[in-house]
This record gives sequence, structure tokens and C-alpha cells, in this order.
Amino acid sequence: MQYLFKTRYEDNVRFLVKSGEKIRVGLVVLLLLAAPLMLQDYYLAELGLLLVYAIAGIGLMILTGYTGQVSLGHAAFLGIGAYSHSILMARGVPFTLSILITVLIAGLVGMLIGRSASKMHGFYLAIATLAFAILIETVFGEWKSLTGGHAGLAVPALKVFGVTLAKVWQQYYVDLVMTGIVIWGASNLFRAPTGRAFIAIRESELSARSLGVNVEWVKIQAFGVSAAITALAGALLAHQLTFLAPDVFGVLESLKLLLMIVVGGLGSILGAVFGAIFVSVLPVAISFLKDVLPPSVGQQAGLEPLLFGTIIVLFIVFEPLGIYGRWRKLRFFFETFPYYRKASFVRQKSYLKTERMR
Amino acid sequence: MSTPQMLSVRNLSIEFGGVHAVDNVSFDVQPGEVFAIIGPNGAGKSTIFNLISRFYEPTAGSIFYGEHDLLEVPAHRIVRLGIGRTFQNIELFEQATVLQNLLVGRHRHMRSNPFRDFLFLPGVKKDELVHRRKVEDVIDLLEIARYRDQRISDLPYGARKNVELARALCAEPTLLLLDEPASGLNTEETDDVSFWLEDIKHDLGVTIVMVEHDMNLVARVADRVLAINNGKVIAIGTPDEIRDNVEVQHAYLGAAA
Repeated sequence: MQYLFKTRYEDNVRFLVKSGEKIRVGLVVLLLLAAPLMLQDYYLAELGLLLVYAIAGIGLMILTGYTGQVSLGHAAFLGIGAYSHSILMARGVPFTLSILITVLIAGLVGMLIGRSASKMHGFYLAIATLAFAILIETVFGEWKSLTGGHAGLAVPALKVFGVTLAKVWQQYYVDLVMTGIVIWGASNLFRAPTGRAFIAIRESELSARSLGVNVEWVKIQAFGVSAAITALAGALLAHQLTFLAPDVFGVLESLKLLLMIVVGGLGSILGAVFGAIFVSVLPVAISFLKDVLPPSVGQQAGLEPLLFGTIIVLFIVFEPLGIYGRWRKLRFFFETFPYYRKASFVRQKSYLKTERMR
Repeated sequence: MSTPQMLSVRNLSIEFGGVHAVDNVSFDVQPGEVFAIIGPNGAGKSTIFNLISRFYEPTAGSIFYGEHDLLEVPAHRIVRLGIGRTFQNIELFEQATVLQNLLVGRHRHMRSNPFRDFLFLPGVKKDELVHRRKVEDVIDLLEIARYRDQRISDLPYGARKNVELARALCAEPTLLLLDEPASGLNTEETDDVSFWLEDIKHDLGVTIVMVEHDMNLVARVADRVLAINNGKVIAIGTPDEIRDNVEVQHAYLGAAA
């Protein structure tokens, strides 16, 4: 069992204080860097897609997992990112600038949504964001001069600083660098006042307000940051899809993002990454399964959604903290071996809450 | 009156659908005193706090803090004027650690800019360390060092009470509103609270307004007491005067037959 003795205030600010964490993260980074040497193009592309979904998941996690604002329409921001980046690149805007503008546009749209959503709660917020997503999908379909409508839009080749990056491994590295930046930046948020204000709002708007947090404004910020990060994922996704159509960014995609962070574990950046692994690996696993199972079962239509749904239900019933929760328990088990008890993680019932004043 | 008032409440009223929760209440709080508000359940004590915190909009009356008209200040600005508070039923950020809770307490003194924080520009770290230092002073004062890195949801009730008080102190208020600081605490913990209140009053120079049911605690720490019932003021005076007041006794025990 390892005790962590903090001797300086900086230990509260630094990442990866424990030596075990350093080794773990270092190993993962090494493996990711070396992945193109070890994987075939197909799997490498899947891994790249996983990274992109991890970014999108972190975007939604900041809003839903940390700030507590449900969004049923996050695919809209994914779409805004994909479309605006593709359109800008097709007009000759260089990659880096196009990404920056895209992130900025999405951030502003997000803030606008946040402005109108900041007075809404729970159920109403979910419906409002859902409506927004349907609206945006319709705009993609109807604004034919810009988006190509339902006929679709070809995504220009990935070109960074004038160098065309057509190979799978080249794209993969772009995704990897972006994922690194987003994970680092998102973690930064939560060791600084902004992220703490997000968490404060999730836990109790009332006391956040009494401590000087401008709840409405912070919600707008959360929407903005979340939309910007999700749009970055959208821009990268565009290069993977190579062809955009409005229905890619429909309600199902929004649900997928939401399920991803729920299964991964709400309220942790690692959870968003776990969720991305889950939604990326499961279809592959299911397609393996199809070959193994007898045809009468394996070829049934709807096997995939069924398994998806079942696993999600099992998670919500047995492990509401998601994969991240499991991971923490597992780590705790090894760190405290042999003292782990089932009750170690049973939370005390919360005491009476003040009636909510709205 | 000659002494300057810190908090001045005049003819304050609020109605909830015909119920006069607070009815024409006036009182003044002087700098440096401990002012207690007592009354039976449902008398409107917490409602007065929520009015000062600007969670409720009064139907009539005025609240002045020094020369600031609080009714023109939005709720999140109240603490910036120097008014901190705790809640009757503990409103901590349960899934966050004690340290995170206390750092949110410092929010009033912080700059928060998502862009700056995302990139963790050099200034952010410097600020964090300064605030961390300040938080540690409060942790020392209230002796909660051993809980520092624990989540609130893992803490016992008494510790949560202390953490909430600590969080309010982190904002470095000049006026502290304490909503039942000793409710649910055992006698030993209540003793601790009374010592801390003395410390907060004398060492930090904070003026305290508190709602409290424990008359022993009130008698020990309060300089003046306001007794209310059914939203109306029934008496105001020193703890001894209030204890001997016939109307107060009626309010608590019912009129003698």
C-alpha cells in the first residue's frame, strides 16, 4: 500500500504525482506512439477513430459529467466542426487556421446555446438540446449551396503546413497529438478556478452562487468549451469519413456520445476515454462474435443494438460509475491488498438537502 | 443611532402564496458583534438569510449592507461585498474533495478564464499556490487537516459542518451568516463551535449573524438576540433579556393556560 505524503503545495497542482501513475501513463503513451509499427492500417484507422471519439467524449464530459448539464444534441457540434472545417479547407484555408476558426465558431454557437439553456434544468434542457441538434441536422440538409445537402460533401485531403498527409499513420499521428492536447487542456481546467466552478455548479448551484460563482455565465462557458472541443473532434472526424452527409450527425450519434460517457464513467476525463474504447471495440468484438455464433443467432438483424443496449443497462444497474468506477475499485484493491472490502466504496447516504430554490 | 450599522434590515417582508413568511422585520447588526436569530420551526429565520443572500426577492422592505443596497446586487455578487454564509442542511459539493470545496470558497478572490485555465498559463499556477496557502490557514484554524483530500461524501456529519464553516471563511468575509452552526452536533462538537465563533469574532474580526436553536450556545456567544415567531419580531435584546421575555416563552412553550 502506497501512502502519498504531500510536502509542498505544488503537489496539489502537479499531475501524476505517484510514481505508479507516471509509469502507467508513460507506457500508454509509448504504446500509442509505437502503434503504427504494430498495427495493420485497418486497425490503425480504427484506433485513430477511437482517439477522435475520445476527444468528442471529453467535450461532452466537460458539460454533462462535470457541469451536470445534460446534452442530447452534441452530435450537432460534431457536425458543425466537420462541416465548417471541410468547407474552410475546400476554400483554401490552411489546416491549422481552419481548425482554429472552426473551434471558435463552435465555441460561439455553444455559448449561444448555453445562454438560452442556462435557466433550464434536467429534462427541459435535454429536450432543448435535442431540438437544437435536429435543427442543425436540417440546416446541413437544406443549405445546399454550402453543405451540398443530402448529396453530401467531399472532405478535402488532410494537408498540414503544405504537406499532404494521406497515409493512415500520418492521420493517426495528427489525431494523437490533438488528443494529447485536449486531455492535457481539459485536465488543466480542473486544477484551475474554471473547472472547479463547473463542478460546483453540478453539485449545488445554490452554494456555488453564495460563494460568488456567476452560475449563468459559468454555464455559458461550459457550453462554449464543450462545443469547441467537440467541434475539434468533428473536424478530425471529417478527415476519417472523407465524405459528409447530414444524417451522420443525427440523434443516434448524439445518443452514442451520451452513452459513451455514461458507460465510461461520468465525472472523469479518463471515463470519456474508456467510453470511447467501449464504443469502438464493441462493434469489432460483435463482428467477431457473428462469425463464431451459429448463423441463426449471428445473422439476426439487430444483434448489435441489442448487445449494446444490454451492456448499457447492465452498467447502469450494476456500476453507475461506469468503467472508470470499476477501474478505481480495481486499483484500490491492489493498492490496499489484502484490506479491500466490498464496503470500501459504499457511499454514505447523503444528509438532508436544502429544498432547491430556483 | 450614532454607531455605523453593518447590516440594516428595514420592514422586510416576503409572502409565499399568501403566507407571510417574513412580516415587517427590522433589525440592525453592528460591526464586531455576534447577532443571533432565534424562533420556533417555521418562524422565518432561514428565510431572512435567504433574503439577505438574494435567493429570494422580498415583497417589501430594504436591506442595506454599509452603504450598499443589497436589493440591487445579484446573488453571486453578495459574497464579493464580504457576506459569506453556510446552510442549514449543509450544501457542500459532495463529490468533490474538502480541498476543492475550500478552493471554491476562494472563488471570490479568483480570476477564472477558461482560455487561460485550459492552457494553464504561468499565472494560473502562481495564483493556485497563493490560494492554496490561504486555504491552509483556514484548515489550521478549524483543525480539518486530516480530511483535506477526502471526498465530502465520505465524511461524517460533524466534519461536514466544519468544512462548510471553513468554506465560508475561505472567502474572507466581513459578515458571516451561519444557519444553525450547531444543529446535529454533540455537546463536545458544540463546544468546539463556540470556541471557533469566538476566534472568528476576535481574531479575524468577522461580524456574525447566526440562526441557532441551542440556547446555551446562543447565551455563550451572542451579544444580542432577535426572537421571531410567525415571521414577526417578538423581541430583541441581550440573551438574558430574551430568556426572561414572556412573549418568547409563549412562542416556544405556548401560553400558560
